[in-house]
Amino acid sequence: MQNDDILSLAADWHAAGRQVALATVVSTWGSSPRPAGSHLLIDRDGKMMGSVSGGCIEGAVVREAQEVIDTGEHRLLDYGVTNEQAWDVGLACGGKVQVYVEKLS
Amino acid sequence: MKVETLERLNRARQAGHPSLLITDIKNGDQSIVIGKQWSGSIPESIILNDNAARILREDRARTVESDGRQFFIQPFNPPLRLIVVGAVHISQALVPMAALAGYAVTVIDPRRGFANDERFPNVTLLDAWPDEGLSELAPDARTAVVTLTHDPKLDDPALDVALRSDAFYIAALGSKRTHAARLERLATLGHDQAALDRIHGPAGLALGAVSPAEIAVSVLAQMTQVLRRRDNTA
Repeated sequence: MQNDDILSLAADWHAAGRQVALATVVSTWGSSPRPAGSHLLIDRDGKMMGSVSGGCIEGAVVREAQEVIDTGEHRLLDYGVTNEQAWDVGLACGGKVQVYVEKLS
Repeated sequence: MKVETLERLNRARQAGHPSLLITDIKNGDQSIVIGKQWSGSIPESIILNDNAARILREDRARTVESDGRQFFIQPFNPPLRLIVVGAVHISQALVPMAALAGYAVTVIDPRRGFANDERFPNVTLLDAWPDEGLSELAPDARTAVVTLTHDPKLDDPALDVALRSDAFYIAALGSKRTHAARLERLATLGHDQAALDRIHGPAGLALGAVSPAEIAVSVLAQMTQVLRRRDNTA
């Protein structure tokens, strides 16, 4: 699907009365799978469309986005390489990515 | 993001106006730029006009620093275009695949038996002669042109117009022998070797594709390769 469609879908979801947040990749380093400008759309129930990685960090971004929807405050998130021992969220590919999450209001 | 900002941006995108979305990633301020028109709380001074034009041309989002603030600048260009000459079986596979890859697709074929809504739902069909249709569509550097009719009466005039344009990808279906004969005919129309070398023929990467869908994969793959490798060297 074309990345741009996410912005149309964001407007559609909002018009349908859903509370939504938009996550956008703003910077990448190394071999991150999705380029800057990639979007993930999230609603209050945790439904999502689009992507900000190859599926590595979407789960974590969805949880952050639900909090952004509740507080109305945007967030800037940093994800690096996965450390399996620490069980943290990250990118197995060895890249780094910065994601901006904002509520549509 | 304010809903009004999103709606304004979406209207500009749908109207095919190149636009920029600028976000202060610390405080959340946003502006949009449509053509040379700014709206929003971020001052115009953070980005020079020629920078805006360059970001649109390169079609790549980036973060810039200005006055100790960090701005994320995202360009929105009209979609890439694919013009397919020939409403044939391969086109029926290529059209939806290219649409998935983000292309706005138009199919040109003057033959109503081929170009009809039953065979090609949800795509713009132009029942013009290929040279007239292609001239009308005015291919630019974000346009690919693929001829698939196998018929020199239809393919040649289309290629003649495509070679006089900035189309980033031009391809023609047909065997090596067919292609060699085609190049000789196009040379007599005044196209030099450098121009003829722009035509990918036989069309597509050499995957050993057999079915219409497989041939469509090979053409879309080659189109992608030409587009992205060009981007990387720009």
